[in-house]
Amino acid sequence: MSFLEFVPDWLLAHGPAFLMALPLIMAAITAILPNKRVAWTSTFIVTAILTVTAFTIALYNAEVGTTIYKMGGWAPPHGISLVIDALNAPVVVLIALMSLITVIYALPATVAEIKPNKRAPFYAAFLLCTAGLLGMTVTGDAFNVFVFLEVSSISTYVLVAMGAARDRRALSAAYNYLILGSIGATFFVIGVGFLYMETGTLNMADMARILADLDGGSRVAKIAFGFIVIGLGLKLAMFPLHTWLPGAYAYSPTPVAAFLASTATKAALYLLLRFTFFVFDPSYSYVADVLMFVLVGLGVVGMIFASLQAIFQTDVRRMLAYSSVAQVGYMLLGIGIATTASVAAGYLHLLNHAIIKGGLFLAIGAMWYRFGITRTEDFRGLGKTMPLTMGAFTVSGLSLIGVPFTAGFVSKVNLTFAAADSGWWWAVAVIMVTSILALIYIGRLLLVAYFQSPPVVNGEVVVRNEAPIAMLLPMWTLALASVFVGIWSDTMVGMAIRAAELLLGAG
Amino acid sequence: MSDLFLQYNYIIVIILMMTGLYIVFASRNLIKKLAGLSVFQTSVFLLYITIGKVSGGQPPILIEDKGYGADKDGHALLEGTIQTAAGGASYILPGPGSDVLYSNPLPHVLILTAIVVGVATLSIGLALTVRIREVYRTIEEDEIEAADFIYNLEGTAD
Amino acid sequence: MSNPEEKLGVDEFGRDPHVLLRVIAKFLIPLIALFAFYVQFHGDYGPGGGFQAGVILAASVILYALIFGLAEAKKAFPPRLIRYGMTLGVILYGGTGVVNLILGGEFLNYSNLASDSIAGQHYGILAVELGVLVTVTTVMIAIFYAFGSRQPETSDEDW
Repeated sequence: MSFLEFVPDWLLAHGPAFLMALPLIMAAITAILPNKRVAWTSTFIVTAILTVTAFTIALYNAEVGTTIYKMGGWAPPHGISLVIDALNAPVVVLIALMSLITVIYALPATVAEIKPNKRAPFYAAFLLCTAGLLGMTVTGDAFNVFVFLEVSSISTYVLVAMGAARDRRALSAAYNYLILGSIGATFFVIGVGFLYMETGTLNMADMARILADLDGGSRVAKIAFGFIVIGLGLKLAMFPLHTWLPGAYAYSPTPVAAFLASTATKAALYLLLRFTFFVFDPSYSYVADVLMFVLVGLGVVGMIFASLQAIFQTDVRRMLAYSSVAQVGYMLLGIGIATTASVAAGYLHLLNHAIIKGGLFLAIGAMWYRFGITRTEDFRGLGKTMPLTMGAFTVSGLSLIGVPFTAGFVSKVNLTFAAADSGWWWAVAVIMVTSILALIYIGRLLLVAYFQSPPVVNGEVVVRNEAPIAMLLPMWTLALASVFVGIWSDTMVGMAIRAAELLLGAG
Repeated sequence: MSDLFLQYNYIIVIILMMTGLYIVFASRNLIKKLAGLSVFQTSVFLLYITIGKVSGGQPPILIEDKGYGADKDGHALLEGTIQTAAGGASYILPGPGSDVLYSNPLPHVLILTAIVVGVATLSIGLALTVRIREVYRTIEEDEIEAADFIYNLEGTAD
Repeated sequence: MSNPEEKLGVDEFGRDPHVLLRVIAKFLIPLIALFAFYVQFHGDYGPGGGFQAGVILAASVILYALIFGLAEAKKAFPPRLIRYGMTLGVILYGGTGVVNLILGGEFLNYSNLASDSIAGQHYGILAVELGVLVTVTTVMIAIFYAFGSRQPETSDEDW
C-alpha cells in the first residue's frame, strides 16, 4: 500500500503505545480546558489522530503480520507487551473510528444534554473511555487487560450518569452498572490470579505456551477459565448477566449510548475470543464443554428471550438495548460452535453489529434532539417530518433484520452456513426465528413512522424539522457503511477469516 | 482435612468473597451494597498476596551485601549473586545458588493497582449515591424503584 | 447555624471548645506531611512509593479541613489549584513516557534518561513516582472537597 510510505517510521514503530498514551494524556488536559468549544476541538483532533493511526497500524499489520511492542524496553515475559495481530487490528480501527464519529455527533448533542460547565469533563471522560478500550484491545498482558478494562468501565459509569440532566433514572442505572460491572471485573481478576498461580506468568502468549505444555492444566486452570468467562460475560452482556445494559443504554446521553453500543461490548467479546482460543485452547475438554453448554446455550437463550423482550418495550432506546443483547447472542453462538467458519462469522457480526447499532442509536438520538420523543407511538409521521434521519434509521434497521445487500445479511448468512456445515440445524432454525422477531420490532417502528400521519401538537400538524448536519453526517456514514459492507463484503469477510485462522489455526 | 487447615488462607478468601457477594445482593441500601463490594474486592487482594508468600522467604526487598561476616575459613556467610546498583551499593539477588530466599514481589505490585482501582470505583459509587440522595431523597433501593414506577410505566419523563 | 460574625471556635465566654483538637492538629499536620515525603522517597528501599505517599499527604490536608473547617482548607488549598494538580500529575507520568520516546527508546523505557542505564532507570522511577504522588494527593483532596461541599457543615452547637 503506497499510503504506508508517507507514514513516518516512528509512528509505525511506536503506534500501539501512541494509541494507548495519547488519549490518556489528552484526557487529563481536556478536563481543565476552559471553554467548551476548545474541549470539543481538542477531543476531535485527538480522535482524528487516533483514527488515522489505527488505520495505519491495521494496514501495516496486513502487510507484515503480528507485531509485538515491548513497553519500557523490557522483553516479554518480564515486561508488558503490546500486540497487534489480525485479531485485534480491526477492533482497534472500529473503536477509533466510532470515537471519531461519536465526537462529531456530540457537538450539537451535548449542547442539549450536558450542562455547560460539565462539558469539558464530559469530553475528558470520553477520551478516558476511548483510552481504556484501545488499551484493552492492544495489550498482550493479562493483568494490563484488567487495568484498562476498569479504566474504560469507570469512565463509562461516569458517562452514563451524566444523562441525569435529561432523565433522572440515569443515576440508578449508572449505579446498577457500577455494581455489576465491578463484580464482573473482579471475577476477571480472580481468574487472572488463578492463571498466574498455574502458569507463573502474566503474558498471554507465554500463558498459552505453558498451558499447552501442561496439556490444559490442572483444576486451577479450569477454575481460572470459569471465572474469566463469567467476568467477561458480564461485561459483554451475555444473558442472564445483561441486566445492566437496558438502563445504561436508555438513559445515558445519546452520543454515549451510541459509543457504548458499538464499542464496549465488542471489546469485551474480543477479549473472550482472545482468552478462549488463544490463551486456552478448544481442544482442552473443559474449554470445549464451556463452549458448547455455556456459550452456545446462553447465547441461544439470550437471542430468543432478548428479542421477545425487545418486542414488548414501549421505549425505543430500551428496545434497541434488548436487541443488542440478542445480537450478542449471535456472536456467542458463532464462538461456541468453534469452527473456523463459525468464529469468522461471529467476528464478522461483531464488526457489523457495531456499525449497525451505532447508526441506530445516532438516529434515535437525533429524533430526541429535535422532538424530545422516545416512545414508539411518538414516532408517528417521522417519515415526513424527519425524512433524512428516518432514512438512516431505516437503512440501519433493515441491516439489523438482515435484508440482502446489507451488512447484517452478510454476517447472518455466514453464521447460518457455518452452523449448517457443523450439522447444527437447530441453530439455523433459531437464527431464522430471531430474524423474524427483529423484523417485528423494527418493522413496527417503520410502519408507525412511514404510514401514519404526523401528530397534531397545539392544533397544528408538525412540520419538517431535520436534524443538524453534524448529526446527519455520522448517521448516514454508518448507514452507508453497512450497505457498503453488504455489497462489497470481501474486505470484511477476509479480515474475519484471517482473525479466525489466527485463533484456530494456531491451536 | 489437615490439608484444608494448612491452606487456611484460601478458606479466609472464600469466606470473605462469599460474604461480600451476599452483602451486595441482599442489601437494599445503596451504601451497604458498596460496602459489600469493598469486602468482595478485599478478598481478591488477600488471594493475590497470600499466593506471593514463599515459605521461609524474606520480604521482597533486596538485602545489602554488607559483609555478614565470615567463618574461620574466610568464606562469606551469605552467598548469592551480587548486583551493584547506582551509587555503589551491592545487593544480593535471588536465584539458584543464592542463600537468600525472597517472597514474590509481583503480586504486591498487582494488588497496589487493584487497590487504587477499587478506591476509584468506591468513590464514584459514593458520588452516585450522594446524587441519588439529592434527587430521590432516599437511598433505599425499593423506595427508588417505587419512585420511578410512574416513569417506567409511561416510558418517558413526561 | 452558627453566627458567621462570631470568631470561629469561640463560645460565649471566649473559650475555644476545640482547643485540644486544634493545638494537636497544628502540631501533627506538618509531621504527617513530612512522613508522606519519607514514604515517597523510600519507595526504592522499602514499602512505599507514590500511591501510599499521596494518600498520606492528602490525609494531612483532610485533617486540616476537618479541624479548621472546609472554608479554611479551601483558602489554603484552592480547588482550582487542585484541579490543575490532577492534570499536572498525569502529564508528569505521561510526559516521562513521551520524553523516553523522543530520546529514542520505547514508551516508558527509562534507560536513555542518563548516560548510565541504571541511573536512567532510577531517574525515570523518581519522575513517575512524583507524578503519581501529585495525582493521588490532588484526586483525594478533590474527592473530599466534592463530598464535603454538598452537605451543610455541622454547626458548633451540634457537636
